[in-house]
Amino acid sequence: MTAYIVRRFILAVFVLILVTLIVFFAMRILPGDPIYMILTSGEMSNVTEAQIQAIRHEFGLDKPIMVQYIDWMAGIFRGDFGISIVQRRSPLAMVASAVPITLNLSLLAFIISLVVGIPAGVICAIRRGTWIDTVVTIVANMGITIPIFWLGTMLIYLFSLQFHWLPVQGYTSPFTDLVKNIRQIIMPVFCLAIFPISSITRQTRSSMLEVLRQDYIRTAWSKGLKERLVVTRHALKNGLIPVVTLSGMGLSMILGGSVLIETVFNIQGVGQTLVNAVFAHDYPVVQGFIFFVAIAVLFVNFAVDISYGWLDPRIRYG
Amino acid sequence: MTEGNALPIDALVARPHTSEFVRFRRVFFGRGIVIFGTVAILLFILTAIFAPFLAPYNAYDQDLSSSLLQPGRGHLLGTDSLGRDTLSRLIYGSRNSLMIGVVALGIAATIGISMGLIAGYFGGWIYTIIMRFIDSLMCFPMILLALLIASLLGGGVKNVMLALGIAMLPGYARLMCGQVLSIKENDYILAEHSAGASHLRIMLRHILPNCLPPLLVLLTMQIGAAILAEAGLSFLGVGIEPPAAAWGLMVSDGRMYLLTNPVLSFAPGIAIMLVVFAFNMVGDGLRDALDPRLRGTL
Repeated sequence: MTAYIVRRFILAVFVLILVTLIVFFAMRILPGDPIYMILTSGEMSNVTEAQIQAIRHEFGLDKPIMVQYIDWMAGIFRGDFGISIVQRRSPLAMVASAVPITLNLSLLAFIISLVVGIPAGVICAIRRGTWIDTVVTIVANMGITIPIFWLGTMLIYLFSLQFHWLPVQGYTSPFTDLVKNIRQIIMPVFCLAIFPISSITRQTRSSMLEVLRQDYIRTAWSKGLKERLVVTRHALKNGLIPVVTLSGMGLSMILGGSVLIETVFNIQGVGQTLVNAVFAHDYPVVQGFIFFVAIAVLFVNFAVDISYGWLDPRIRYG
Repeated sequence: MTEGNALPIDALVARPHTSEFVRFRRVFFGRGIVIFGTVAILLFILTAIFAPFLAPYNAYDQDLSSSLLQPGRGHLLGTDSLGRDTLSRLIYGSRNSLMIGVVALGIAATIGISMGLIAGYFGGWIYTIIMRFIDSLMCFPMILLALLIASLLGGGVKNVMLALGIAMLPGYARLMCGQVLSIKENDYILAEHSAGASHLRIMLRHILPNCLPPLLVLLTMQIGAAILAEAGLSFLGVGIEPPAAAWGLMVSDGRMYLLTNPVLSFAPGIAIMLVVFAFNMVGDGLRDALDPRLRGTL
């Protein structure tokens, strides 16, 4: 087990380096020069080539790409992610201000999707063919088809513009004003959770149906066990394995969703900051954020792999 | 609570042999929702092809004197801020959705399947290089990766297709690689080797066809995902460029007039949902019909 964890860790580091290489080179090889993004069109006309060169030099953009990459990697070990070309701030400071916001939204969305999705899927499976199964399945199938940016827009129309129940946009830290925070994040969290809830419900239902057909479930029934025990002790643990895989991807889905939802609700989290940086070709910021997103995704994948063994002791790490 | 955990008794009794095709047809069209999905997809494709004949107005004709009209006679879904007919733009938008969805998936499937096939077949360091590359692509949320590539390439229909194609290829590479790893252990592959068949022949003639059913299911399911992602990119402003009609862009444009003309954002979202729903339902139907575990039971 320890050997497996160590091996997985080395692999994750290797993949992380690969991610940084891909992002670093893709951003520099493809067209688009960040320098022109800083200079507004008015300045453009009377800016000299020498001034452009000076800015380029300031950000180290005049060095060969490989040197830039090594400089950047070396900087990471010192906690130095460079300087945002547009905002002239440390990307690390931007990450530090954006991550708690996105964490607030996405963790809530993630927890809600598990708490709602798994029981809904289990109920559908054990009450297969009843009206509750039909209704939940239809809702779940709709849930994976809704464009969330559209859902967000429609919720704003209904609850903010028509009924004036909830604020249109923005974000306040829960430590500053909890009530305001809750009112502001209800709609974004709902939008972020709708896709994972639906896909987890679908996956739980189908894998539970698969497990409930197994012989050992029949044995459990014939022992005279109560339904609750058959389902929770015997069926659920095995049925959850594909669900765990999916939940691991759930984080990725939610982070991807936050790119859209933070734009809809004008929340300055990871998603919106990253989108703005991508549009501005602000290399250091994009690289810094992707670095942390990749670490988060790799960490979750790692946790998912480890949890398989707990759910199904037949799985051995070799 | 007795049903659901046991197969119906007649499924356990040997049935007279029925052909695969008949079985496929019976399972696939067995559910009403799948038939609905199939019909909806056909209508969607027909709409995209015959858009100029179906649309009541030209989707690009501006008429500032009749801008922001409410839905009613003349303009069934009203007009946008430039006086363009919303229904006509919806109909034209189906072309972009369909084309981008299909081409992006084509790119993703072609590259992804080839990578998975090569990685799984040759193994060793080729496997390591390809699959670690795929792992690193999977560290990005799909929409983020597509956004990154599209914005670097610079928007426009072609670049969006390419960006989505690259962003979606890891799924195919993974699935294919897993399939190949199990299939290549079969005796008939060994027999081909000893008969002197080339690697290319074994890969294309013997391994690929055996991997098709799950790939087909993934493809159908992913069309919906591709259309959703394309709409998301257009919404963010990196997708299709403004004068063109695209559903995601229409939702985004309509947001400015949400209070007075909610239908501008509402209608394209419904269109996206309907199409994605249809593709997902057909994907579900295909999965049920092609699932080897259900073979002989239905």
